[in-house]
Amino acid sequence: MIEGISIYEILTITSILFFIGVYGFITRTNLISILISVELILNASVVNFVIINKYLFPEVLQGVYFSIFIIAVAAAETALAVSIIISLYRQISSVDVKEIETMKY
Amino acid sequence: MERIIFYCLAAVIIVFAIASVTSRKMLRSVIYLSFVLISIAGIFFLIDYNFLAAIQLTVYAGGIVVLIIFSVLLVHHIEMELEMAKTSQKILTAIGCLTGLSVFLTAIYSFEFNEINNSLTTTTEDIGTGLLSYKAGGFILPFEVISVLLLAAMIGAIVIAKGKKLTEKNNDPQ
Repeated sequence: MIEGISIYEILTITSILFFIGVYGFITRTNLISILISVELILNASVVNFVIINKYLFPEVLQGVYFSIFIIAVAAAETALAVSIIISLYRQISSVDVKEIETMKY
Repeated sequence: MERIIFYCLAAVIIVFAIASVTSRKMLRSVIYLSFVLISIAGIFFLIDYNFLAAIQLTVYAGGIVVLIIFSVLLVHHIEMELEMAKTSQKILTAIGCLTGLSVFLTAIYSFEFNEINNSLTTTTEDIGTGLLSYKAGGFILPFEVISVLLLAAMIGAIVIAKGKKLTEKNNDPQ
């Protein structure tokens, strides 16, 4: 654990990070920006898992395993999202959420 | 000393996260995101989870950011400025987020966490043993499921991104 830093301060930071992600998710109208906001939200949850593991249950490692799984799922999700964005851009020449109304193959 | 480093990292995280969701230039917003991810890796180093920090640096700051930069460069003109949401919508969302944040913080600060003082160091060997153990508390099944998921995501990404060359719509001379 970090000398002189309690769990409350770190949880405060991750809460702020989470809500910055939510703010970006709602206000942005571009698919790639929304993807960036989702990454922020996922990262806030990863830090929460690790911090709670380290501060409250230091003798087990479950939080670390779940963080590894979250990171793996986030990587898979990003790869799929990027391929969907590129495919959409080929079909309708835009990645704006307002103009996307077709997912037809 | 660690305290000062932590506060610096926290300031970097919050400032660049805000910059990344409000910047009007797409590429800059991705670079700000990479700063946030690297600072989070710094926090992992501070609490002595070196393996997780390395994963964060390689997968997030190395892989995902490069992937997003690629998609930005393939999709946008580099100087293009993003369209922003309406001011009323922004203010409304900000108020909603601040309300949610205050609910979170009251919940966190009213709970008595039972902190355990420790300076245990976790080695990569411990993590690997737990991840591949099939005894109670082992994580071999999710590990295998994740490997199948990654394979499926990879194949799916290739199939989706390959697609047809150009649709009729783009071929129209107009």
